[in-house]
Amino acid sequence: MKAHLTRRYRFSASHRLHSDAMSDAENAATYGKCNNPYGHGHNYALEVTVSGQVDENGMVCNLVDLDGFVEREILERFDLQNLNTLPEFAETVPTTENLSMAVYDILQRGFRLGHLERVRFEETLMNSFEYAGEKL
Amino acid sequence: MVYLTRRAEFSASHYYHNPALSAEENRRLFGKCNNPNGHGHNYTLEVTVKGAVDPRSGFVIDLKQLKDTMNREVLEAMDHRFLNKEVPEFLTRIPTTENLAIAIWQRLAPKLTQARLHRVRVYETADLFVDFYGEA
Repeated sequence: MKAHLTRRYRFSASHRLHSDAMSDAENAATYGKCNNPYGHGHNYALEVTVSGQVDENGMVCNLVDLDGFVEREILERFDLQNLNTLPEFAETVPTTENLSMAVYDILQRGFRLGHLERVRFEETLMNSFEYAGEKL
Repeated sequence: MVYLTRRAEFSASHYYHNPALSAEENRRLFGKCNNPNGHGHNYTLEVTVKGAVDPRSGFVIDLKQLKDTMNREVLEAMDHRFLNKEVPEFLTRIPTTENLAIAIWQRLAPKLTQARLHRVRVYETADLFVDFYGEA
């Protein structure tokens, strides 16, 4: 039978929302406080959902494998970093929308032990974002 | 169609062991969860039902019926129990969160008459949950 497994992770990072395609005035109008050139940070909560047939060991996938992949490929690279300095955001603004798509992409390309259903980000307790590929 | 979710909590112990594997393979696959004396969790269960709103009552389901069914079929059987030894499903299946969600679905689905079961979500911890939608 097919089940969906969701694991929740946390990391903290800083960012600045600023688009080179806009003038300074447009950036200030669009991003408000988030355009502060010194940046600001969040404690992000990341939920990763994978699905698959529950195997003879009662698992969709071994949590040790999922945790290891996320730790190595995402948390090690994103935790306590300035997102603007990462290659993922060389050309895109590190909004949580783009962060969701970047993390989805890393999982989609590299994690083979379960079917990636979606990633969900809480930027704060008030804002959350989901990306499930082009399905949504 | 309206979706209604009811939450409940129960505490239980379990351990993971696949009798088809050697003791060494079990230890490697399940790690600490293989300790035969068991360990416990405070589980949170979310049961979501769906249906049309009854024009007379304004209900998708009588919440008391849902609550009583969850208490009778799930909590009385599983709360403060050693799942491997006291819950019939887990004499032959490993009580992972995946299998727990499936077993709870199988207990509830035939007993809910007013609305259809949509999803069973079981949180093993705040950072790990499984969703089961009755999919084969």
